Amino acid sequence: MRVEDTTLSFKDFKSDQEVRWCPGCGDHAILNSVLRALAELGVPPNKYAFISGIGCSSRFPYYMDTYGFHGIHGRAAAIASGAKVANPDLNVWVITGDGDAMAIGGNHFIHLIRRNIDINLIMFNNEIYGLTKGQYSPTSKKGTITKTSPFGTIEAPFHPGELVIGSQGRFFARSIDNNVKLSTEVFVEAAKHEGTSVVEVLQNCVIFNEEAHGDITDKEVREERQIFLRHGEPMIFGKNMDKGLILDGLKLKVVRLGENGVNEKDLLVHKANENNPGIHTMLSNMRWPNYPVALGVIRNVSYPTYEVALDSQINKIRQSSKIKCMDDLLKSGQTYTV
Amino acid sequence: MNKKPEVVEREDVVIRFSGDSGDGMQLTGTLFSDTSALLGNDISTFPDYPAEIRAPQGTVGGVSGFQVHIGRTEVFTPGDYADVLVAMNPAALKANAKWMKPDGIIILDEDNFDEKWIKKAGYKEDPVTEEKLNNFNVIKAPITTLTKEAVKDLGLDMKSVVRSKNMFALGMVYWLFNRPLTFTETFFEEKFQKRPIIVEANKKVLQTGYHFAETIEAMKPTFMVSPAPIKKGTYRNINGNQATAWGLIAAAEKAGLELFIGSYPITPATGILEELSARKDLGVRSFQAEDEIAGICTAIGASFAGLLGVTTTSGPGLALKSEALGLAVMTELPLVVVDVQRGGPSTGLPTKTEQSDLMQALYGRNGESPVVVVAASSPSDCFYYAFHAARIAIEHMTPVLLLTDGFLANGTEPWRIPSMKEYPAIKPRIVPEGTENYQPYARDPKTLARSWAIPGTKGLEHRVGGLEKDFLSGNVSYDPMNHHRMTEIREEKVDRVVEVIPDLELMGPDTGDLLVVGWGGTFGHLRTAVTELQAQGKSVSLAHFNYIRPLPKNVRNILEKFNTIIVCEINLGQFANYLRMKFQDFRFEQFNMVRGLPFTVVELKNKFIELLEA
Repeated sequence: MRVEDTTLSFKDFKSDQEVRWCPGCGDHAILNSVLRALAELGVPPNKYAFISGIGCSSRFPYYMDTYGFHGIHGRAAAIASGAKVANPDLNVWVITGDGDAMAIGGNHFIHLIRRNIDINLIMFNNEIYGLTKGQYSPTSKKGTITKTSPFGTIEAPFHPGELVIGSQGRFFARSIDNNVKLSTEVFVEAAKHEGTSVVEVLQNCVIFNEEAHGDITDKEVREERQIFLRHGEPMIFGKNMDKGLILDGLKLKVVRLGENGVNEKDLLVHKANENNPGIHTMLSNMRWPNYPVALGVIRNVSYPTYEVALDSQINKIRQSSKIKCMDDLLKSGQTYTV
Repeated sequence: MNKKPEVVEREDVVIRFSGDSGDGMQLTGTLFSDTSALLGNDISTFPDYPAEIRAPQGTVGGVSGFQVHIGRTEVFTPGDYADVLVAMNPAALKANAKWMKPDGIIILDEDNFDEKWIKKAGYKEDPVTEEKLNNFNVIKAPITTLTKEAVKDLGLDMKSVVRSKNMFALGMVYWLFNRPLTFTETFFEEKFQKRPIIVEANKKVLQTGYHFAETIEAMKPTFMVSPAPIKKGTYRNINGNQATAWGLIAAAEKAGLELFIGSYPITPATGILEELSARKDLGVRSFQAEDEIAGICTAIGASFAGLLGVTTTSGPGLALKSEALGLAVMTELPLVVVDVQRGGPSTGLPTKTEQSDLMQALYGRNGESPVVVVAASSPSDCFYYAFHAARIAIEHMTPVLLLTDGFLANGTEPWRIPSMKEYPAIKPRIVPEGTENYQPYARDPKTLARSWAIPGTKGLEHRVGGLEKDFLSGNVSYDPMNHHRMTEIREEKVDRVVEVIPDLELMGPDTGDLLVVGWGGTFGHLRTAVTELQAQGKSVSLAHFNYIRPLPKNVRNILEKFNTIIVCEINLGQFANYLRMKFQDFRFEQFNMVRGLPFTVVELKNKFIELLEA
């Protein structure tokens, strides 16, 4: 995308509607990060369409002073696909949640990614159904007790990154709701990526799933349990930046620098643009307590987009065909005169 | 070619080609009807095929048929009963014998009438006797053997040889009706341009069939159907799906919009998606969606983004789209949904025709969710109604549901090619850049249509969605009276479309004993039955509906001038019940037949006479 205007600010993208998320909800911070990212990108508000499904996160378009479409449950990816394919000049963002994208909307989600339409999708993952007041979601950890799983869930959760990569995703990033700096940075990268970009934001639901991600986001422990990945830099983390990741056989392994002769040069260096999704899948799947949780842009690979391919096909056929208008078509092929 | 025996002129003829679903009967029938059209006959065709691509060979369930009706006067139906049946095997005879006229001609491939295939079709020994066809003109021809013989020097593989035997049968029928082979030969040359050996083989088999019939003098006399006195002009044969696709492109062109189609393949609607996907030269943006829901949602997204959004489907797919159709009602975006109706419920009879989605089209959504409903009534007028469905959608900012059916979709007829000059301009309600104080839900006082601000336009940023809207700003509103007001406005907006649709036309005197009422794809059969009874001096008229919601203004004026009203439809009475709701002071008789097939003219006439004599 092109940068058109550097004088835009946060406020140019904010609508006059009252924000109705619960006080303390992680969504407020995500909205903030998106507004900052848009100000930084410098494209005017009329060039954006924010499209959502149903759920707490999906109220998002009302709070943006851009074009917006609050759709129906699960269908944001399909509505957005139509809008983007119809009008490739629009910058289309999908705002969705874990239930909206991966339960009721799972089919549209994977096919959007497979087609590689240039849409930025932000998935607010709070591992719960909030708007319907607390039922488990496709990302709820196994055993989670909710209103519809009073004895604990018995199903394995989706790992969004694995699903994205399994759908041939070319861009996957992860952030945390209250880390506005990281989210802003990641959203800017997602916008710059040509093709479908999926950003999973680990989001807290203060009412129905308080501390949803507490084991990795709490202040006291987070530095030991999160790793920030940057393209071209070694995979290093920890309060004292003394831990890192290496490849041990076919698996990732956490090592301590200085122990057993391991030093920084031995660590894996992050390559977001590596076409082979092997390491990216492993990085996406890292879970506490075995691993730190990976944040930042995990995968960023270029691939032709659907709408560009469609346009080039249309242009090519238009040039070669003798049929230029409806009257030509009506008279084409086998006709006879009486 | 040698001198012909005596030739008898016929008013019209119905021919049915039938064989295994892999025997190429659809192509055979199409080639015969194309030749007849080029000779100036009026024609109407109807393919009747199983859902299985290659059902078990030789079974009745696997029989594929193609019926063509040609006339020297206008024909409006593919005909009830056949004058000529081509049966490539015993199963084809079994499936079709009951649809023969009493003195008909039957051409059999006697090579396939051996014990194995006879038993497989459910006969004991002699199908002709068992079907009591001994007084028919049965022509037994060793089609398979002679086909092999005809091309033995070409070095073709056996599969290709056997596949061309349908052309032998076609050659025989051409002789029987004194038709030239040239049009079909040209077809081979164009179709198999890169495979001259296939061209040669097909030509040779076609000619051999023709000469075989000539040599054995298969029939005395042979027949002729002279050209019909049809209106001067340039014609083409067209089926309902192609006409629908073209009508949509025409509307987009007249509106100055690009066309977007988001659809999922489903029988019998797939042809529309296929045709539109091929029309990249006219800029059609086609999107084969991952499912029916994505089909309509991408179309809604495209409409939101400023294109004419279209989705096409059949009954089960319409069921899946219903929630999203409600979203289009709420967001008041132009959208055309085409439902090519088929036998239901559930998977039902995918390849067969029916009119049983009417109530689903009118009411199959949650909430008060009005949409405009239009129905096409012949293969070629699918163009006209698709065009006007799109025009209403664009100018009135509403979803429009266009109903066609399997019979219209696959049936063909000659169509006098229109010029786009004959069609009106369509004026999208696009808001120009620079408009001050844009209110997304402000309305045209006449039509109640809101205006359309295209994303990308500076200064018109706004949000739409499925939550109830404030009547002016379009912001989310939970205000009780606003909801009541909006519910009424959405209803009223659809009702006011009545101002831009034509009055209901009556075929026949505007007063009388019996009024026949129909809608959609039954037009040809109803018209034929009514016209034939009128010719006998019966007091009967036909009112055929294309605009279902809203109904034309003059319906009551028409209904009140007849003693008896009968509503005929291929369902259990959905339109009759709709009329009962709208016109409670009338009594509506019903004629309903739900076989997956069109009505027959005979059964309609019998029913009408029964009512007239009651």
